[in-house]
Amino acid sequence: MSLVIENLTKTYGTQVAVNDISFAAHPGEIVGFLGPNGAGKSTTMKIATGYLPPTQGKVQVCDHDVEEDSVAVRRCLGYLPEHNPLYLDMYVHEYLQFIGSLYGLRGVSLIERVKEVVTLCGLGLEQRKKIGALSKGYRQRVGLAQALIHNPQVLILDEPTTGLDPNQLSEIRSLIKEISKEKTVVFSTHIMQEVQALCDRVIIINRGNIVIDSALADLQSGENQSEGEVQRVEVVFMQPVDEERLRSFTGASLVKQKYQNTYELEAPLEQPDIRPEIFRFACEQQQVLVGLQRLIEDQKKVGGTSLEEIFRSLTATETNPS
Amino acid sequence: MLAIYRKEVNSYLNSLIAYVVMAVFLTGTGLLMWVFPDTGVLSYGFADLSTLFTLGPYVFMFLIPAITMRSFAEERKAGTMELILTQPVADWQLVLGKYFAAWTIVVFTLIPTLVYYISVYQLGNPVGNLDSAGIAGSYIGLILLGGVFTAVGIFASSLTENQVIAFILAAFLCFLLYTGFSSLAGLEAWGDSTLLIEKFGILYHYDSMSRGLIDSRNLLYFITVTTLMLLLTQLVLNSRKW
Repeated sequence: MSLVIENLTKTYGTQVAVNDISFAAHPGEIVGFLGPNGAGKSTTMKIATGYLPPTQGKVQVCDHDVEEDSVAVRRCLGYLPEHNPLYLDMYVHEYLQFIGSLYGLRGVSLIERVKEVVTLCGLGLEQRKKIGALSKGYRQRVGLAQALIHNPQVLILDEPTTGLDPNQLSEIRSLIKEISKEKTVVFSTHIMQEVQALCDRVIIINRGNIVIDSALADLQSGENQSEGEVQRVEVVFMQPVDEERLRSFTGASLVKQKYQNTYELEAPLEQPDIRPEIFRFACEQQQVLVGLQRLIEDQKKVGGTSLEEIFRSLTATETNPS
Repeated sequence: MLAIYRKEVNSYLNSLIAYVVMAVFLTGTGLLMWVFPDTGVLSYGFADLSTLFTLGPYVFMFLIPAITMRSFAEERKAGTMELILTQPVADWQLVLGKYFAAWTIVVFTLIPTLVYYISVYQLGNPVGNLDSAGIAGSYIGLILLGGVFTAVGIFASSLTENQVIAFILAAFLCFLLYTGFSSLAGLEAWGDSTLLIEKFGILYHYDSMSRGLIDSRNLLYFITVTTLMLLLTQLVLNSRKW
């Protein structure tokens, strides 16, 4: 168990930034942390790294409590803060050595490790430059190299890909994928394609609450949605029928009259197809059946299509309309 | 702590700050010592370094805040504070690393002034007619005073993300600590506690060290004020958790 957040609440004055959220992330997992601006993503990450204290709740990283054993937590955690702050007047090499020495790396092992992360992050050509002279993409790599220098168990990346060009974007993504094999990676982003390309699991947070926490595959196939668990059938008769009788005969859970002679029936998905029953009902009631159709739910169902739609449907409010 | 210290010293030396500070300090004290007739040794006629030790603190009052003003203010402004505070470094290590680095620069600035000592030593009649013990005490006093000013500067820098505010605040606090208390003691309102007020200030303790008297009470004063300032700095850093 690498990162465990239990009932975490953070308030700034009267404003609730994070409201009683819980989740756990495990080694080998890439968790995408999504949410609109001001949803509480960065706050959660800052608390997990020990920079801010939680108002309530507990955070554990590698079995160390963030509040009680803050330094131990920081030792096994790599963090890339939002906006990627760096010492611009330091050289790339010098900077990485400085960060490495803060983790107690010394001498040859420090130099070796710096070499390794420089190669890993593709900084070879730029390693003798001042950080201030680097382009944004390379700075981002330096930030990532900084987070990786001590080979941490848990990586927390706050918007690691903002402001990168498409090439850099895909390079950084494959880098994250590469390093995530035996680590726990939690990263936040606004970019949906990125989540689809990278994550095993998605957590969407809105106004401090987790609105969804599920494996990406489940989310995309729509299994997680309650709407997905019913079968819907639209049936058209020549004459109006008794709704109640129709319901009890076919075993549908819900019958509603859509238009004059058109009814929509809902039944749990576990039940066998209810269409034969509707046909038998028509026979028995001497009704002429003119239409019978299983509804493909493309509008009502939340899942199934793109993650972007899921995101919008779950986080849309009066202040950020979808 | 050592890593922080090394990085800070390097960044002073890699930027112009350290060199500008040294150049200004040495030019300033050099002019006062040797050129300006009002304060110069040559026109004074006595072989001593009192000019350096009475005016040095005033130069420090402006130069040390200039050295320390960036230490925390810049980290706050650039956002690197979040970076450094999420590394496995305790707050006190960060504060001490920065403090000792800035103090090192201050001490380095003083080293070339030993040339003044040698010059005045040679100029004495007979050669060597100089109160060496007093000068040694004064040097120790000036180094300790630099230490207090540095701690004040670090503290001021931790309060704000604006370097100009950090500078002004530090310069004012240094002034208040150095001469403010002695001047306040001159008010008649204090009655019996005049001496106590005066002892709050640095000047009282610095003067007695300049006489070559290394008294543990004075040492204790300098150490206490420095520690207090650094603890306050740590408190400010920790206030993010309130």
